[in-house]
Amino acid sequence: MMPELGKYAFAVLSSYGASLALIVALVGWSILRGRQVKRQLAEVEARQKGTERSDG
Amino acid sequence: MSIWEYANPKKFMQTSAWALPWVAGLSVVTLVMGLIWGFFFTPDDYKQGSTVKIIYLHVPAAMMAINAWVMMLLASLIWLIRRHHVSALAAKAAAPVGLTFTFIALVTGALWGQPMWGTWWAWDPRLTSFLILCLFYLGYIALWQAVDDPDTAADLTGVLCIVGSVFAVLSRYAVNFWNQGLHQGASLSLDKEENVSDVFWLPLVVCIVGFILMFLALVLMRTRTEIRARRLQALLTRERIA
Repeated sequence: MMPELGKYAFAVLSSYGASLALIVALVGWSILRGRQVKRQLAEVEARQKGTERSDG
Repeated sequence: MSIWEYANPKKFMQTSAWALPWVAGLSVVTLVMGLIWGFFFTPDDYKQGSTVKIIYLHVPAAMMAINAWVMMLLASLIWLIRRHHVSALAAKAAAPVGLTFTFIALVTGALWGQPMWGTWWAWDPRLTSFLILCLFYLGYIALWQAVDDPDTAADLTGVLCIVGSVFAVLSRYAVNFWNQGLHQGASLSLDKEENVSDVFWLPLVVCIVGFILMFLALVLMRTRTEIRARRLQALLTRERIA
């Protein structure tokens, strides 16, 4: 199934490996930061709602 | 119904929540299909051998590295002229995506250049302007981090984006302006009857569509995060003052 890459195997495989690693890192970082910020925002909003209720 | 409705963060969050899964799903399907087609089911080039398979990553990444900057330029201009926060945050969100595509284009270009040109790097006009574009991306991201006030950061990065656009344009057209470089002209052009042979061209177009969709999905996702981060910052500031 693997195509015959001949003497250029290093160049081709390194290109695919490096590119996929960069894409996976970017997507992973974006998802993790998104979740983290969403969670922090929910906590602060809940805390402030609680404070407003107790003040009111 | 106007495009400016999406300048409202609430409207943007509603619409992007609906659109994001579709765009992300389509990008995964298209990208996987294009890369598998290109890697496993295309022949070697008669001159470049199997290195031609690098085209499915190098060309879409380079195209999107330049187009990401153009998108950031438009978003920055909207911010500078109309002061819509979502557009400034969309530009901020797009920068790491554009930088990653620039890295991919530079790395795959070096890996392709070594066996074909006999060198990893040359101070060729196109390569050099691309490297400068990469530095502009780094500078743009650093500037957002360095300035505390988000509106001032958006103003300054907007101006930086306008200046960097010169190098985004040069990255695309440098081979037309100066003819002494190693890098060949555009592989794809709308005004040519045939670009590259169909056997390479068709999977390449699928990969380009995949990269465009991946860019859109990541920018939507990251802009949503930036909008939330901005609200979080505002709430924390309010809490400190109270």
